[in-house]
Amino acid sequence: MLSDRRPILLTNARIIDPSRDLDFVGDLLMADGVIREAKRGIGAAGVPEGTEILDCRDKIVAPGLIDMRAFIGEPGAEHRETLATASQAAAAGGITTLICQPDTSPVLDDPAIVDFVQRRARDTSIVHVHPMAALTKGLKGAEMTEIGLLKAAGAVAFTDGAHSVVNAQVMRRALTYARDFDALIVHHTEDPDLTADGVMTEGEFAARLGLSGVPTAAETIMLERDLRLVALTGARYHAASITCAGSLDVLRRAKDAGFHVSAAASINHLTLNVGDVQSYRTFFKVSPPLRSEDDRMALVQALADGLIDVVMSDHNPQDVETKRLPFAEAAPGAIGIETMLCAGLRLVHDGTLSLSTLLRAMSSRPADLLGLPGGTLRNGAPADITVIDPDIPWILNAEDLKSKCKNTPFDESKLQGRVVRTYVAGRSVYEYL
Amino acid sequence: MNIAPKSAFVLHRPHLLGIEGLSPDEITGLLDLAEEFVELNRQVEKKRASLRGRTQINLFFEASTRTQSSFEIAGKRLGADVMNMSVSSSSIRKGETLIDTAVTLNAMHPDIIVVRHHASGAVELLARKVDCSVINAGDGAHEHPTQALLDALAIRRNKGRIDGLIVVICGDVLHSRVARSNILLLNALGARVRVVAPSTLLPAGIDRFGVEVFRDMREGLRDADIVMMLRLQRERMNGSFVPSTQEYFHYFGLDQKKLSYAKPDAMVMHPGPMNRGVEIDSIVADGAQSLIREQVEMGVAVRMAVLEALSRNLPNA
Repeated sequence: MLSDRRPILLTNARIIDPSRDLDFVGDLLMADGVIREAKRGIGAAGVPEGTEILDCRDKIVAPGLIDMRAFIGEPGAEHRETLATASQAAAAGGITTLICQPDTSPVLDDPAIVDFVQRRARDTSIVHVHPMAALTKGLKGAEMTEIGLLKAAGAVAFTDGAHSVVNAQVMRRALTYARDFDALIVHHTEDPDLTADGVMTEGEFAARLGLSGVPTAAETIMLERDLRLVALTGARYHAASITCAGSLDVLRRAKDAGFHVSAAASINHLTLNVGDVQSYRTFFKVSPPLRSEDDRMALVQALADGLIDVVMSDHNPQDVETKRLPFAEAAPGAIGIETMLCAGLRLVHDGTLSLSTLLRAMSSRPADLLGLPGGTLRNGAPADITVIDPDIPWILNAEDLKSKCKNTPFDESKLQGRVVRTYVAGRSVYEYL
Repeated sequence: MNIAPKSAFVLHRPHLLGIEGLSPDEITGLLDLAEEFVELNRQVEKKRASLRGRTQINLFFEASTRTQSSFEIAGKRLGADVMNMSVSSSSIRKGETLIDTAVTLNAMHPDIIVVRHHASGAVELLARKVDCSVINAGDGAHEHPTQALLDALAIRRNKGRIDGLIVVICGDVLHSRVARSNILLLNALGARVRVVAPSTLLPAGIDRFGVEVFRDMREGLRDADIVMMLRLQRERMNGSFVPSTQEYFHYFGLDQKKLSYAKPDAMVMHPGPMNRGVEIDSIVADGAQSLIREQVEMGVAVRMAVLEALSRNLPNA
């Protein structure tokens, strides 16, 4: 599938570059791993000899997507996912950069392990992979990691992954120290005491199923605490996964006050709700749990308004050993790398979101926040590009997905639109049909 | 022996996983069939042959004395071969998963598996993996359908009806599968259902269950026809959900004084096992208004009815 490095011209495409608010029909030329030019009417005449020309009529050409939150099993849980299989899934989903999380075994809390992951990705992955490093050693929430050395080793941000740092003093010190290195702190906000043994958002659905509930306040309280610490320290802070209307109010206040604050929402919370947990289907068990339809709609609106900066997959591969269990005992998490864009297109097709807003939240915004060169179609930028047919109807079959684990909540879903080509540094890494 | 019951009621479904989804006709059909077994069970010759040749496995992942023995007696009186399997004496402790256990038992060709499990939804999960009928004998805080059926039978025999009665469910509704199944069943048959509990023992969203919610027991019991007490687990008494057993009994324990707010002919129920002096006073539990022992008797009859009605739907029945 990997083509040689011939120049490639994509013609007659709807070119969307959210980094510059551009949306026009034209051509894009890439060569030597970078974007040479994207404009109206480059045409076959104006390209070097040997250029491969692909007619992209009725297709969208956009920057390759950057998935800001993917849990990948390497190192330590390669039976669930490797960097190689995750990257195959990414390419098929139009994602050219994966941001992996430090919740591995061993934990990514040491520069040597961060280095290992990057080397391993270089050898086995067909898309770019950048790790976030642990914020505290062993993800234990007690001692901060070597933020300076880890950043120098290539960590693009610092997070305790799916864990929350409960101790406010530890969080304050980490934020203060991180500010000196201009490091981005990413935090999963869920108060573990309030969450306790809860497995589903509190309310009628949980009560009827006899499952212990979690109030949305468990998230909002932790976020509110964090944002007061951000006010105290001036650090750069990113909320890893915002899911409810209450948190949006808190977030809006912090943004209005001018703090360096951003937030992401997972594709699951943008497209599914608590009512989907029928018959105790564990593929719909995620963390934080799926919320009410009111919360979901508020989240989509916040994305449209720009209050939510980033849409991420929250990819979390789980196999039958961890999922084919009673709901309360099953592990949370859903795979999402390959389906993130397709699921997101639902919001575009139903008219609640513009395509450029969706693509911005999946490419140029994460690039800005993480200081990555992708997420744009500017001349000279890396030729990380996705070509999308926005209208093609299809039905998802979990067995066709490239992830090692098949725990998708979208199995047998009717979808409209899919990725038809993905280029990383000017090479084709995925071709549909 | 072997005289067919007058009721030819068949439960046209493979499993009994909960009250949810049962129609009022199905509930009434089961209760009518159970009435006949009440009579049978009071005779010297209690045995029938309608489940002869059938194998019934009682798979209990959670300790239970009365439910398990009730299902065992019910199956044996209908002529089934009954095997009891409980967690302490099985490979589940050795790490075998619920699904593995289900698949293993399924390979032995049972006709009916009766399951109790500590996790909500576990029985439904197991039912998807086996070819036989599955009866839910209690899953987590979700449902306990045969308890609700036996409660309904006891109520109907004493009050002559269920429609229009005021039934008050008191205590730990949050963790109670008995409460959930009873609310569903009593609402389906037209009772007016109230719940009485401290707010820490009520689930969020209880107001959407079609019940009236009371925090004051005397108000809640006013004009009640039936007072149904729930068990409060010991680990929930000391500061986690309520401050102490003393305080709980003071406000929510059923004694004669509180019972006097209900109708004079109100009946008192408890699914057992009781914590005497915590949720119920011994004088009330053993008093003239108590239906608690009758509930146990109805339990066997209702479980026979469920086994019989489900088995009539089995292949080759």
